[in-house]
Amino acid sequence: METPIIEIDQVSYDYPDRRVLNQVSFQVQQGQFLAIVGENGSGKSTLIKCILGLLQPKGTIRLFGQSQSQFSEWWRISYVSQKAAAFNSGFPVTVAEVVEMGLYAKKGLFRRLSRDDRDKVRTALETVGMWERRDSKVGDLSGGQQQRVFIARALVNDPDLMILDEPTVGVDQRYVKEFYEILEELRRDKRRTFVLVTHDIHFVSKLVTDVIHLVDGRLGCNCGIKEYWELDEQTIRSLYPVPGRVLVHEGKSVQ
Amino acid sequence: MIEAFMTLKFLQYALVAAILIGFTAPLIGSFVVVRRMSLIADALSHVTLAGIALSLLISGMVAQLADLNPLYLGIVTAVIAALTIDWLRSKYKHFQELAIPIIMATGMGLGATFISLANGFSMDLVSFLFGTVSAVALTDVYTILAVTVVVIIFVFAFYKELLFLSFDEEQARVSGIRLRLVHILFMIVVALVIAISMRIVGILLVSSLITLPVAAALRIAKSFKMTIFLAIIFGEIATVLGLVLAYQFDLAPGGMIVLLAVIELIIVMLLERFWIGGKTHEDEHRTSA
Repeated sequence: METPIIEIDQVSYDYPDRRVLNQVSFQVQQGQFLAIVGENGSGKSTLIKCILGLLQPKGTIRLFGQSQSQFSEWWRISYVSQKAAAFNSGFPVTVAEVVEMGLYAKKGLFRRLSRDDRDKVRTALETVGMWERRDSKVGDLSGGQQQRVFIARALVNDPDLMILDEPTVGVDQRYVKEFYEILEELRRDKRRTFVLVTHDIHFVSKLVTDVIHLVDGRLGCNCGIKEYWELDEQTIRSLYPVPGRVLVHEGKSVQ
Repeated sequence: MIEAFMTLKFLQYALVAAILIGFTAPLIGSFVVVRRMSLIADALSHVTLAGIALSLLISGMVAQLADLNPLYLGIVTAVIAALTIDWLRSKYKHFQELAIPIIMATGMGLGATFISLANGFSMDLVSFLFGTVSAVALTDVYTILAVTVVVIIFVFAFYKELLFLSFDEEQARVSGIRLRLVHILFMIVVALVIAISMRIVGILLVSSLITLPVAAALRIAKSFKMTIFLAIIFGEIATVLGLVLAYQFDLAPGGMIVLLAVIELIIVMLLERFWIGGKTHEDEHRTSA
């Protein structure tokens, strides 16, 4: 069996007042499109931050078969955060400069961007339809356009793993559909692995292969997307710890 | 007047120092401003005053150290203060700005005490407060040149990392960039630039030379490279012209340089309003948001 892209084993994380992640274990294989869902405060973003090394949890995390503490090929992973579009809009930086940042980690000290690198920037910007705006100041763009630029930055390195943490939060609804169309385009490369934290699993259900549903920091459910839509009433009740009814439509549970 | 600059050694030293400072201060200032650390420059300059005052006090007391260049101790205290500010910011994670008044107060307290111990303000000290045209020594020029070289090497080596860190710290960290190292080196370089700049601009005005040319550049630049380029142009015009005017009218160069930088900023804002359509990029963004 191939080495998993991500291995999470018994990972827990505590904030001073409460436990946010509780003994979470799962694996992500190459080519999977994993959606992480759950209520607000269920630990989704904390889990992502642990995977990315921004937080230091208890337990073991392995990336591409290597222990996270020894992992150094961070350029293989790209990350689009929910805060991406919440940057200082007055910052004097062009679209092209932002996308170039995606290449910086691979470049050593004193190394400047080569012609090849500039071609990569062009390809990434063309993919998200922003090449024409390459010389615009990022702060002058609309929210949807800015998010496309950040996706281009995440793409420019041709990453093996893309991690997206609620990338459409704060983006105007009319751009959300556009965003998922771009994601669909990226999904054509079946070797690339995706981890997407989302509230709108319905939007992406045809892209998603697997789902992790967190409930109060615990793994409520870890299954394929098909099984996820066919969960029985009792399981659904356990995933949504609020009183409510489970509706059944055409023999399927509608949450 | 041009003849004076051609023949008088002290004027040549001052001019070379002004050209170097007009380059380094806005260069590093571009990163200081976008990292929202402008006030740190103020705090560091006030601490540098303590180092300068201590050096002048020691020179007055110890005959063997009478010729000690106060710039050296100024540089040392600025670097120590920069690292302390950084440490304090880590201690007050939710009130990071507190580090600035703490360090500024310490610097001013020490400075005032050393000045009293040295029996008040000497001409030397006044020249450090507001800059000097006549007292730039050859050793000052060498020190300023050495720091300029360090700054250029630093920016050349870490440009990518600094820009990424300034724009998006979380992403920069995820991409594996050694942020802590870059940040500490940055703080040291900022301290060095502040210490050398005060010879021409003066302690009380040095932070203006770091921020004002960048403030003007920010109004018109779309890219970060253009911001740096314009800031340096504005910085050079202000320092060189300010020095020349200060000599001509026998004024403190610090005041002239900073006033010119303010005038540049006003001109840029007026041009922006009347020639570039009356709306700034930020205003446009606010309207569209």
